[in-house]
Amino acid sequence: MTTDINTHTISVLVDNESGVLARVIGLFSGRGYNIESLTVAEVDPAEKLSRITLVTSGTPMVIEQIKAQLGRLVPVRRVHDLTVEGPHVSRELALVKVVGTGEKRVEALRIADIFRANVVDSSNESFVFEIVGKTDKLNAFINLMEPLGLVDVARTGAAAIARGSESI
Amino acid sequence: MAQEPMLGAKIVLKALVDQGVDVIFGYPGGAVLPIYDELFQQNHIKHVLVRHEQAAVHAAEGYARSTGKVGVVLVTSGPGATNAVTGLTDAMLDSVPVVCLTGQVPTHLIGTDGFQEADTTGITRQCTKHNYLVKSPNDLARVMHEAFYVASTGRPGPVVIDLPKDVLMTKGEYMPPTRIKHKSYKPQVKGDLKRIEEAVALLANAKKPIIYAGGGVVNSGPAACQLLTNFARMSGFPVTLTLMGLGAYPGNDKQFLGMLGMHGTYEANMAMHDCDVMLCIGARFDDRVTGLLSAFSPNSKKIHIDIDPSSINKNVAVDVAVVGDVAHVIEDMTKVWKSAQIRPDQDALAAWWAQITEWRAVECLKFVQDGDVIKPQYAIQRLYELTKDRETYITTEVGQHQMWAAQHYRFDKPNHWMTSGGLGTMGYGFPSAVGVQMAHPDALVVDISGEASFMMNMQELATAVQYRLPVKIFILNNRYMGMVRQWQELLHGSRYSESYSEALPDFVKLAEAFGAVGMRVEKADQLDDAIRAAIATNGPVLMDICVSQTENCYPMIPSGKPHNEMLLGPVADGEQAIDAEGQILV
Repeated sequence: MTTDINTHTISVLVDNESGVLARVIGLFSGRGYNIESLTVAEVDPAEKLSRITLVTSGTPMVIEQIKAQLGRLVPVRRVHDLTVEGPHVSRELALVKVVGTGEKRVEALRIADIFRANVVDSSNESFVFEIVGKTDKLNAFINLMEPLGLVDVARTGAAAIARGSESI
Repeated sequence: MAQEPMLGAKIVLKALVDQGVDVIFGYPGGAVLPIYDELFQQNHIKHVLVRHEQAAVHAAEGYARSTGKVGVVLVTSGPGATNAVTGLTDAMLDSVPVVCLTGQVPTHLIGTDGFQEADTTGITRQCTKHNYLVKSPNDLARVMHEAFYVASTGRPGPVVIDLPKDVLMTKGEYMPPTRIKHKSYKPQVKGDLKRIEEAVALLANAKKPIIYAGGGVVNSGPAACQLLTNFARMSGFPVTLTLMGLGAYPGNDKQFLGMLGMHGTYEANMAMHDCDVMLCIGARFDDRVTGLLSAFSPNSKKIHIDIDPSSINKNVAVDVAVVGDVAHVIEDMTKVWKSAQIRPDQDALAAWWAQITEWRAVECLKFVQDGDVIKPQYAIQRLYELTKDRETYITTEVGQHQMWAAQHYRFDKPNHWMTSGGLGTMGYGFPSAVGVQMAHPDALVVDISGEASFMMNMQELATAVQYRLPVKIFILNNRYMGMVRQWQELLHGSRYSESYSEALPDFVKLAEAFGAVGMRVEKADQLDDAIRAAIATNGPVLMDICVSQTENCYPMIPSGKPHNEMLLGPVADGEQAIDAEGQILV
């Protein structure tokens, strides 16, 4: 088996009961796995199901372990490795605050336009941009904002779903 | 169907009775008083009052592992629960089915740092298979039944139910156990037939096969052990067992190579290293077993049968993995084997056995008992010879005595050997023996112990005396934490930092102070009589066996070394024998 480290996006469907997120996070910290991002929200209020999207990295053996260990948790219903199971869509939202005046302020607005970021708050010397896209796109946008007065970033982490008609 | 609502504490008791529980191990306290009050008013369940909550869990483990049933613990909130954590972790690592009921402050006080409040579900999340905080008496019955189901099915393990006091004192609906269909927890029992056929195909062509089986076979049940034995006899393959697996295959059988691993036999480890097909059944390629991973059995195809998918490819990548219950999978393997009329290469197998016979001739476990000073191995050997014809259960603590017991006591049946393998908990053996004796009142139960380990839970002498449990404590007293001393000798220039058992009590007087019988054995020729006298004594006996202080446990795979580089005896310079990478390992 290869020892290359790759990034994987994993979807986990769990019973939305108290402590379930702590179980998942505790598993990662306890066993020394990486969490690059983690998002969670209830997706089926009637069935009380939450969906966790996890972005993690590791060798194929470690990724297999992560999936098996997640599957072992009692409130976990399903574990899917979107990265290996086929094409999927992944999106992340970021709120980016940029403070500045004059040319820098104009340049920030111009780049935001190129990236299709929306202005969701504005004052005489600041903007809050809302940008949605793949993690790479958000990274690129934030890097460009750095010299233009970037002061604050809030990111959701990736939410992901398989393409096509199959459901989790 | 609708029953009269009943008090939460009553629901707990009723659920226990309906789950077939006859004994629980516990210690009272404020938060669980309602349950103790219900216990007082019934006759179905016997409560054993331990003297420390850790001992309650170990006792429940001993009960569980010697019966195959779920062990039950009842402790109070806060310190009661935190004291139980070591036991729970022990049960987790060794896959022992335990249900532990912990008291909790009333729900409206949770989070206020109330008296004897601890975040029990938070603290035990990583050391249990699952845990629950029950917030309504109407959930109690369901959670209780579910906990027994989760603890005892799949890969067994400990389950904690945290019970706020108000929930115990409020009325709720009871429901009897039904066939549980859990929404998310569904352990796979049957193995995939395709994988099983692949496994059989590999085994059929094996020239140097080995069966490496572990505690999973014991957990699967006596039927699994019989199926394993039948499969081994049918195939003619050699068998080695892990520490946890001892008893899963007859210890006196000619196909048995002994235990493998760090203090396993030379023949078992050499056969593991040189085999061409390895059949791992209910074992988990633990670091004590594999030695240096990169050199672990380098030329073999590996088959792994385990009920826990996370055990597959965790430490060692295998060629064929079968997820399922051991008994089911071996049964199916046997069917496939028979229907395909498989007959392995007999010449190759004969040559393999000839090689194994050569390794056996090294006699890696031999020792010389001469003079008065008792060799610890000799003490175990005599204990074995004098107890093998009785129904005997052995528990151990952790250290040299544990390894000597594993090497020199031979187990022909499963569920007769209770030891702390994964966590390595000193202080496990004596309370575990208490639990075993509760389950098997007429059997001989012996805790093979060291003087340091014994002192970690010696307060349980009071428990043994109170319930008239005739447990025999067989202390191999070398006045050292022997395994620590052995490593210091090997790796730290014999600088015995803090490993000397200074200021030991007089164990005979100690036993007598508790109302038990104490014996001291100082000479080899006194041993047999002392063992016979202890067995004949109708009550707990503490045997202080003064053994050689300098004896070390061999053979040994030094840390960071592969199976074929065992030390068969003392080396001149241990730091030379173990490289820097090995020295950082434990």
